[in-house]
Amino acid sequence: MSGAAAALNAARRRLVVDSLGIWVIAIIVGGIFGFTARQGGLSLVEAIAFSSILFAGASQYAAVGLLVINTPWPSIALLVWLLNARHLLYSASIAPYTAKLPLKVRAGLGFLLTDEAFALTTAHIARLGRIDVPAAWYAGLTIFIPWNLSTIAGWLAGAALPDPSSIGLDVVFAAAMAGLAIGLVKDRAALVALVVGCGGAVAAALVLDSSVAIMAGGLLGPLAGLTLFRRST
Amino acid sequence: MITDLFSTDLVPLAILGGLGTYAARALPMLVPGIDRLPPAVLEYLRLIGPAVLGAIAAASVFVQDGVFAVGPEAIAVSAGAAVGRWRGNLLLGMVVSVLVVLTLRATLGA
Repeated sequence: MSGAAAALNAARRRLVVDSLGIWVIAIIVGGIFGFTARQGGLSLVEAIAFSSILFAGASQYAAVGLLVINTPWPSIALLVWLLNARHLLYSASIAPYTAKLPLKVRAGLGFLLTDEAFALTTAHIARLGRIDVPAAWYAGLTIFIPWNLSTIAGWLAGAALPDPSSIGLDVVFAAAMAGLAIGLVKDRAALVALVVGCGGAVAAALVLDSSVAIMAGGLLGPLAGLTLFRRST
Repeated sequence: MITDLFSTDLVPLAILGGLGTYAARALPMLVPGIDRLPPAVLEYLRLIGPAVLGAIAAASVFVQDGVFAVGPEAIAVSAGAAVGRWRGNLLLGMVVSVLVVLTLRATLGA
C-alpha cells in the first residue's frame, strides 16, 4: 500500500471513530425533537418534513416553539434563516476544496452541511489537505440518517425517552464541537482564531443575543488570527 | 389519529425554512471561482473552522440564562476537550465530558 493510500485509510478510520459520538448526538437530539414535535402538535409527516427538508436542529426546535404560540409563518421562516445563517461560514470555508467537484456533488454536500458534518469534514480536510468526497458524504449522512430515523422513533415513542441531562448527554454536543475545534489548532493563527472565536461568542451572547453569538465568534476569530499571525503561517 | 400521523399542513413551512437554510449551506460552494480567491481570504476561511466550532461550544456552556457562568457543563466540556486533544481521541474526550458532568452534578447537587 502506498503512503498516500495508507494516510487516506488512517484518516478515514479516524473520521469513523470521531463520528461515533456524533451518532449518539443525532440519535438523542433527533429523538427528542420527534417527541417535542408531537407535543407541539406536529403530525408524524410534518415532523419528518422538518427533519428531512429543513434539517437543522436548533432551528427545528425554535420553529416548533414558535408554532405553539401561534407565531406567523413569515416570522418563523425569518428566524430559521437567521439561526442558520452561520452555515454560510461553513460553506465558504469548505468551498475552496470543493470547487473542482461536479455541481451535483457540491449541491448535495451543501444540503448535508450541518454543524456536525462541517466539524467532521473540516477535520478530515485538515488531516488530508484536500477534500475526500466519500468521507464528506459519510460526514453528512452520519447525521442525516440517524437524525431522521430517531425523529420518527421519538415521535412514536414519546415520553419513553430519557431526559438527556439525567445521564449527562446534554454536554455531548458541546464536547464534540470543542474537541473538534481544538483538533483543528495546528498553528498560532488557528489558536488565536479559536480563543477569540470563543470569547467573541460568549461576549455577543451576553451583550447582544445568543442568536448572533456563533456568527460573531465565527467572524471575529479568523480576523484576529489572520491579523496577528498571517506572516507566520 | 390518522390525521395526527399524516397531516401535511406544516410541510410548506418546512420547505420555506429549508430554502433559506439550503441557500446558506450551498451558495458559497456553488459559486464559480471560489478556489481562485486571494491567499488572505483563503487563510481567513481556513480559520473559520476552529473559531466557529469553539464559538458553538463556548456559547452553549459559558452562558446560562443570559449570564456568564462556569458551571459543571463548562468544566466538563473543557476537561473533555483537553483529554481528547491529549490522547488524540474525540470519542474519549466526549466520554470524559459526560463522566465529569455527572460527577460534578452528583457532588455539587447541581
